[in-house]
Amino acid sequence: MIRFALPLVVFVLMVGLLGYGLRLDPKKVPSPLIDKPAPAFSLSMLASPSRQLSTEDMKGQVWVLNVWASWCVSCRAEHEVITALANRNLVTVVGLNYKDEPADATRWLEQFGNPYATSVMDQDGRVGIDWGVYGVPETFVIGADGMIKYKHIGPVTHESLEQTILPILKELKS
Amino acid sequence: MKRLVLLLIFGLWVAPLQAAIEAYQFDSPEMEADYNQLIDELRCLVCQNQNLSGSDADLARDLRRETYQMLQQGKSQQEVVDFMVARYGDFVLYRPQFQSNTYLLWLGPFLLLVLVLYLVVRRLRAADKPVEVDAGAMAEAKQLLEDNESHK
Repeated sequence: MIRFALPLVVFVLMVGLLGYGLRLDPKKVPSPLIDKPAPAFSLSMLASPSRQLSTEDMKGQVWVLNVWASWCVSCRAEHEVITALANRNLVTVVGLNYKDEPADATRWLEQFGNPYATSVMDQDGRVGIDWGVYGVPETFVIGADGMIKYKHIGPVTHESLEQTILPILKELKS
Repeated sequence: MKRLVLLLIFGLWVAPLQAAIEAYQFDSPEMEADYNQLIDELRCLVCQNQNLSGSDADLARDLRRETYQMLQQGKSQQEVVDFMVARYGDFVLYRPQFQSNTYLLWLGPFLLLVLVLYLVVRRLRAADKPVEVDAGAMAEAKQLLEDNESHK
C-alpha cells in the first residue's frame, strides 16, 4: 500500500508547494530595512536647491518618503493616491526625486500638482541605493523613532492606502 | 558535421557576452578579478534573472559603479556583499550565504543523497539474502520435476 501512497503524498505536497509559489509576486522583494534606522541623507530641495533637507530634520515625527521621478509612468498612476494621503494632513509626505532632471521634475509637479511637503533631489541615485530602491515608485513609512516601519513597492493604490498604509500611520501616531 | 560541432562550440562560447561596458581602471589585476566575480554573483533587482554584469538596467550600472568604488577604497569582497545585502536583502545574492535559513538549501542535497544511498543499500542487502524455502515444498518441487522427466 505504502508503495502507491508515498508517491501520491509527495505529488500532493509538490503541487501544494508549487501552487503557493505561483501566488507569490517575485517582483516584491522583502526589504531588509524594515525596523532598521532610516538611512541618513542630506539632499538639496527641488524647489530651492540651496537649501537642504536631512533625515535629522524629520526626527521625532512620523513621515512618509515617496520615491518618484518624472520619467516614471506608474508614478502618474500613483499621484492621485499620494495627493489623497497628503490631503489628510496626517503625516508629512516627503518626495525623493530619484535620478531625475530638476527641470523635468518641476514641470511634472506643475502639471499634476504637488502633494509633497518637500521634494529632495537624488540625482545620482546614491541615496536610492542606501534605501534599497530598485523600482520607482516606492513608498516608505518612517516612525518617530527614525525607524523604517513599512515599505510599499510599486504604485500605491487607494486600496493599499486605506487597508495597509493608513492603519500603520494611525497606529504610529497614537 | 565537424563544422556544425565547431559552430555549436563557438556559439556557446560567445553566449555569456557581457553587457557591462564601463571601462574601469583597476589598481591591480586581483581587484579586477574581484570586481568581475562580484558583478557576476550579484543580482540586478530590476531584471531579476540577470546578474549585474549582464544587465543594462540603470540600477545595475549604478551598482557596478558602487562595487567599483568600494573596491577602489580598499573594501573586501565580503564588505561589498554585506553592503548589498544590507540594502537589498539576501535576494541580491546568486550564491546564497551559509546561514541559519539556508542550511537546508546547502545541506538538503547531501541529506537526500545519504537517504537515497541508505535506501539503495538496504534494498541490495535484501536482494542478496539467500532465499529460504520450506524443505517440504522443495521436496515436492523436486518430485514434480522428476515426474516431468520420467514422462518424456
